[in-house]
Amino acid sequence: MAVNRSNGDEGFLTTTVEALFNWSLKNSLWPMPLGISCCAIEMMAFAGPRFDVSRFGAEVFRFSPRQSDLLIVAGTVTYKMAKVVRKIYDQMPDPKWVISMGVCASSGGMYRSYSVVQGIDQFVPVDVYVAGCPPRPDSLLKALMLIQKKIQAGGKVVPELGQQKVLVE
Amino acid sequence: MSGGIALGRDKIEERLRASFGDAILSVDEVDEQFSVEVKRDRIVEICKFLKEELEFNYLSDLCGADMLNFEDMSARKAYLAIEHEHSPKSIPHEERFLVIYQLTSLKNKERLRLKVKVDGDNPVCPSITSVFRAADWCEREAFDMYGIDFEGHPDLRRIYMPEEYEYYPLRKDFPLMGVPGSLPLPRK
Repeated sequence: MAVNRSNGDEGFLTTTVEALFNWSLKNSLWPMPLGISCCAIEMMAFAGPRFDVSRFGAEVFRFSPRQSDLLIVAGTVTYKMAKVVRKIYDQMPDPKWVISMGVCASSGGMYRSYSVVQGIDQFVPVDVYVAGCPPRPDSLLKALMLIQKKIQAGGKVVPELGQQKVLVE
Repeated sequence: MSGGIALGRDKIEERLRASFGDAILSVDEVDEQFSVEVKRDRIVEICKFLKEELEFNYLSDLCGADMLNFEDMSARKAYLAIEHEHSPKSIPHEERFLVIYQLTSLKNKERLRLKVKVDGDNPVCPSITSVFRAADWCEREAFDMYGIDFEGHPDLRRIYMPEEYEYYPLRKDFPLMGVPGSLPLPRK
């Protein structure tokens, strides 16, 4: 994008439709909060006034997957719950992104057991993994910013994001 | 509810022995918790007696336990190398499972534990849902986790695991990480 003021006071902007589209997309992410364990408490703080996710345009928490484009899986996913998570993901319209919040969703965490899925990337594609048990709201904000970066880049690979998977520490 | 006077261990034992005689197999007290082991096929009437005569009107908990011996696990030879100081006496396979009943008297403010042994090959135990309705979900849990079949239960289905699941996860011979492929995940 570039601003041109050469021919008068008003000025105009040159860009591509795609860049403008991505810019509006990344600043109006509507999260689907899938708070299934204690991570949800930190996710609420992330939406609350202190950390204030509305600074990034993602404060509209939708409780319908049909109206959301960012799935935040915040908690332990059991095998029984996996079907539900996948169903919610399938119900979200494209384009959509997924944050795996906390170690339980990312790797099973401390639940090394027969009942807990050892990482949700076994059944949904994950864009950003957030470490922590639970992660602080800042980490989740960082994850959101990485998603924004990914959206702005469109199909291009962002060097700091790599191909697919990102870990927020 | 007006408070009564706790019967105490001796009185409870005396009343139980007077009414059920040889159905009372042994008594035991650990950390001030009085515990009575009773015959499996008499558990329903003993619960009924305790509820109606001795004021144990509240079932706090009901759970299963797997007392499997390591010698029993012939399929898993690795365990045989371990010394078992914590289980000095050998438990026969016919007494593999325990069902433990934790009763409370809200009136007399006292507690009582009942234990029943269940066969490892044919894990069947009478249901006490006719006496304590609260036993319903507890028995379903014990069925789900140990495969103990509670005869007379009105609706004995799995409570945690998917209904089509084939294993009993809290049995000692069940691997911690489960049986690979037994719980299908959605396709990516």
